[in-house]
Amino acid sequence: MSTFATWVVLIATSLLCFAIKLLGHAVPERWLSNARLQRINALIPISLLSALVVAQGFVVRTHVVLDHRAAGLAAALAALFAKAPFPVVVIAAAATSAAIYHLH
Amino acid sequence: MVIRFDKNVRMSKFAKETVRDSLSVALTVGAYGVAFGAAGVAAGFSVLQTCLFSLLTFTGASQFAAVGVVASGGAPLSAVAAATMLGTRNALYGIQMAPLVRVKGLRRLAAAHLTIDESTGVALSQAARGTDAMRAGFWLTGTGVFLFWNLFTLLGALGAKALGSPASWGLDAAVPAAFLGLLWPRLETWFLRSVALASMVFALVITSWLPAGLPIIASASVAILLGWSKR
Repeated sequence: MSTFATWVVLIATSLLCFAIKLLGHAVPERWLSNARLQRINALIPISLLSALVVAQGFVVRTHVVLDHRAAGLAAALAALFAKAPFPVVVIAAAATSAAIYHLH
Repeated sequence: MVIRFDKNVRMSKFAKETVRDSLSVALTVGAYGVAFGAAGVAAGFSVLQTCLFSLLTFTGASQFAAVGVVASGGAPLSAVAAATMLGTRNALYGIQMAPLVRVKGLRRLAAAHLTIDESTGVALSQAARGTDAMRAGFWLTGTGVFLFWNLFTLLGALGAKALGSPASWGLDAAVPAAFLGLLWPRLETWFLRSVALASMVFALVITSWLPAGLPIIASASVAILLGWSKR
């Protein structure tokens, strides 16, 4: 991605995310009190974060691959099951992935 | 005199507990900023741009999404759309926080900017200690996370820049692991876990058919479908 495009992403993301926050402080409560809307709104982070896990862990451009990152994610999963704190989860993934990467 | 003294004692007590809650959350969550700083630089953003994300966007999951889509080769529009969709929950937090903070003008803009998972969460958790404690929790946590998140973003970005090749240090696995870490505490019920699993399978299946980045946004359709139909 070009430098220009990265600035576009940064500025557009920042403006839109702030607009959403301000919207919540500005609109009357009943506008967003629809039960279905709230249910969907609660599920969207789960769907997007799930997709991001696999897109970042198992995809190279438009191909599904199994590489060193998968080993890292397996370590992260093990750390989460062991109720490890967030930094431990991330470091476990990085260390495992780097180790597999250098073995190859 | 006795009444005033009594009142002061009670106030300092709630303040101490609220300050402790707020600062512990601010420090723990702020430290995740290291992971974002590293992810931003690994995705090809400069140290300055990565730091501006934390200053201006200031909502962790959206920031990770924006740089994550860029890292996977997605179009700018996909990156912005994924980040914006992840940010929609902040509107619902704002609706809950606005009647609590009750501010106008510039302070309202500040309150809006600090409206995130953690400031809302701590504010709501102080309900038993009264409205003043809730308001204090919101501002203390929001400001605290803002300070630590930005400080640690800078450290992470500088660190990643110094380390060089992302794969060589496992940074390319640290980013999806960070997403997994953000996702994990949300999976409270079997329904939510099945939403997560369905979204993962869906995103992988459509990967070969759509341009990079789009499967992430398309996965929101799983949320819409299941959220629409459930009871």
